Amino acid sequence: MGIDSLIGGTIWDEYSQKVTELMNNPQNMGEITEEQAEAMGAKLIVADFGAESCGDAVRLYWAVDPKSDIILESKFKSFGCGTAIASSDTMADLCKGKTVDEAVKITNIDVEKAMRDTPDVPAVPPQKMHCSVMAYDVIKKAAAQYKGVEMESFEHDIIVCECARISLSTLKEVIRLNDLTTIEQITDYTKAGAFCKSCIRPGGHEKKDIYLVDLLAEYEKEKVLASSQTAEDVDFAQMTVVQKLKAVERIIDDNIRQMLVMDGGNVEILDIKENGSNFDIYIKYLGACSGCASSNTGTLFAIENILREKLDQNIRVIPL
Amino acid sequence: MRVYLDNNSTTMVDPHVYEAMEPYFVQRYGNPNSLHCFASETHQALKAAMQKIYAGIGANNEDSVVITSCATESNNWALKSIYFQYILTGQKNHIIISEVEHPSIIATARFLESLGCKVTYLPVNNEGIVEAHTLKDFLTDKTALVSMMWVNNETGAIFPVEEMAQMCNERGILFHTDATQAIGKLPVNVKETKIDYLTLSAHKFHGPKGVGALYMKKGKELMPLLHGGDHMGGLRSGTLNVAGIVGMGKAIEQAVDALDFELHEVKALRDRFEDALLEIPDTFVVTPRERRSPNTILISFRGIEGESMLWDLNKDGIAASTGSACASEDLESNPVMEAIGAEADLAHTAIRFSLSRFTTNEEIDFVIERVKEAVKRLRAISSSYAYAPKNHKDELH
Repeated sequence: MGIDSLIGGTIWDEYSQKVTELMNNPQNMGEITEEQAEAMGAKLIVADFGAESCGDAVRLYWAVDPKSDIILESKFKSFGCGTAIASSDTMADLCKGKTVDEAVKITNIDVEKAMRDTPDVPAVPPQKMHCSVMAYDVIKKAAAQYKGVEMESFEHDIIVCECARISLSTLKEVIRLNDLTTIEQITDYTKAGAFCKSCIRPGGHEKKDIYLVDLLAEYEKEKVLASSQTAEDVDFAQMTVVQKLKAVERIIDDNIRQMLVMDGGNVEILDIKENGSNFDIYIKYLGACSGCASSNTGTLFAIENILREKLDQNIRVIPL
Repeated sequence: MRVYLDNNSTTMVDPHVYEAMEPYFVQRYGNPNSLHCFASETHQALKAAMQKIYAGIGANNEDSVVITSCATESNNWALKSIYFQYILTGQKNHIIISEVEHPSIIATARFLESLGCKVTYLPVNNEGIVEAHTLKDFLTDKTALVSMMWVNNETGAIFPVEEMAQMCNERGILFHTDATQAIGKLPVNVKETKIDYLTLSAHKFHGPKGVGALYMKKGKELMPLLHGGDHMGGLRSGTLNVAGIVGMGKAIEQAVDALDFELHEVKALRDRFEDALLEIPDTFVVTPRERRSPNTILISFRGIEGESMLWDLNKDGIAASTGSACASEDLESNPVMEAIGAEADLAHTAIRFSLSRFTTNEEIDFVIERVKEAVKRLRAISSSYAYAPKNHKDELH
C-alpha cells in the first residue's frame, strides 16, 4: 500500500500553484449580459452543466460573433470546490478567440494541462479530475445551443449514471481519451459511480441497461482487437460478422459520429451483408440526420470513403 | 490569527492534561503489570486515572471501563462482540442503529449484514434526531442490540438515549451508545441509566489522541478483542498506554469540572455566533438549539459548495469542516443533510463549526467577519446566484 495510502492524502496539497491562484482570483469569473453581447454585435450563449445537488454546477457565458463564429468573450460562474472554479476559469479562458468548432475540440485534458505548473505533474489529484470533465461538457452544451440544436437532442444520449447525469458518449469518450482501466478512475474522471453506485455493476439497488464494467470490458476488447489488427493486419474480409461490426463502429466513432452528434443527429449500424465481392453496410440516420439533404450525398460519401480507406475498398454504405 | 472551530473532529490537549501525562514518558515508564518499583509507580498513576474515568461517566466499581485506542475501536468491538455472542450462535438475528451513526458504527453494521445479521437503520426526523417512539416499532424478540449515538457529530443533535435504553431494557435488548461527542458537552452518568455499553474517546474532550474506552455495565459481556495477556481483564490484551490513560483521566476530570462553563458560557458564545451567521441571507441551521450540544452549528450557505467555503476560511486561518462532496474521497454529499431530507440543492453546502471551552469572544468576532467576506466572494462566483437571461431557466429542464 505504501505510506500515502496508509496515512491518506491531503487533497489541497496536491493542487498546483496555478489551481490555487485561480481559485483565489478567478480571471474570467462573471456574466455577460444581453446588452453587453449586443454592444459587441455578438450572440449571447448561456449554458449550464451539472447540478448543485450533485455538488458541482457550472454556467458558461459566450459572446459569439455570428459572422465568423469566433468567441469574442467567455465568462463563467460556478458552484463547486476550488478545482471546479479553477477548471471553469481555465476552460473559459481557453475558449476566447476560438471559433465555436475549435472550442468544441477543447478536452478535459487540455483544461487540466493548462493548470499544471510543470508539464509532468498533474494539476489536481485524481479524485478531482471530474471538475475538468465538467468544464469540457459545458462547452459542448454551449456549442449545441449556438448551433441551434435542441439541448434535449444533444443530450438524447443514454444516461448511464443517473446521479451524476453522465451520458454514455461522455463515458466512452473519457475512457478512450484518458485510457481508463478501472472503475475508480472512471469515478475520479467523471463522477459516474460515485453516488448510489448502481451503475457500476449489476446487483446494485437499481437495474441498469449499461454498467460501467461493461464499458471497461468493451474498451479492453477494442484495445485487444486494435493491437491484434496492427500486429497481424487482419483483413476485413477475414473478420467474423461481430468483428466487422465492431470495426465499422470504431471507425464511425473515431471519425464521423461526433460531427453528426454536433449537428443533432447520429447514425446506427444495422447490419453487414456480403454481396458478391462487396460488403454492404446498412445504416440508419437518427435525429437531425434523417431527412437531411446531405445524408444521401456528402455525409454518406464521407462515411463510405472513410470505411473504404480504413477497412476495405469494396464497402458500400446503404442508408435505410 | 488562527482560529480552531473544528473541535468535533479533535481538540487541543488541555495544558493541564499534557502536564499530567509528561512524567510518564521519560521519568516513569515502567510496565504497570511488572514486579518492581518502576512498575508500582506507574500502576498507582494508572489506578488513579481509571478512577477518574469511572467517576467521569458515573460508572460503578463493579462495571468495566475497558481502555481502547479510540472510539472507532470501541464501536467496532461493541457491535462485533454482540455478533459473536448472540447472532452467530443463533440466539438473535437483528441489530438496530440510526442512519446517521458515525462511520465506525455504520460500516461495522454493513459488515455484519454481509455475514447474515439483519440490520435496521432508523431514520431521523427533520431535526436530525431519532425519536424514542420511532425505535419502539422496530424492536423484536430477535433484536440483540440497539446502538444509538448520544450526540450526532455533524449536527450536535442530542438523541434521547436514556429513554431508548430504558425501552430496550424492558424488552431484554442490549443498548449501546456512542457518547464520543457527549462527554464534556452534556451530563453523562451511566449509573442512572439502563445503558449497557458506552463508547468514549479522549481526544474529543481535550485529552490525547490514541486512547478511548468502552464502558460495560456489570453482568454484561464482551468477547475478548485482543487475545494475549491478561490486560484489561483479558478482554483487550496489550501493554497499557499509561501516559494516554493518565491523560484521559485528567481530561475527563477537567471536562466534567468545566461542564457548567460549557453549558452556559460556550453555549452563549455559540448562540451569539449562530445569530450573527443567520443574519446572512439564505442560511439554514439544522436542529433547534435546545436539542443540540452546546458547541456545534451545522449551517448551510445557499449557493456555496462546502469545500470552497472551507478553502476561503482556511486562507484566513480558520478551521471548520464539511462532511460533504469534494472533501471526502467518495464524493458523497453530507449524509446527515440527506437523512434529514434537506433540499437537494443544499446537500453540498453544509459547514460545521464546533467550538470548545478555549474558544474566545475575539476569535468569534473575527470569524463572523471572515465568513461574511467569504460568502460575498463565493456567491459572486456561484452559478446559483448568477444572472441568467430571461427564459434561460425554463430551457434548462
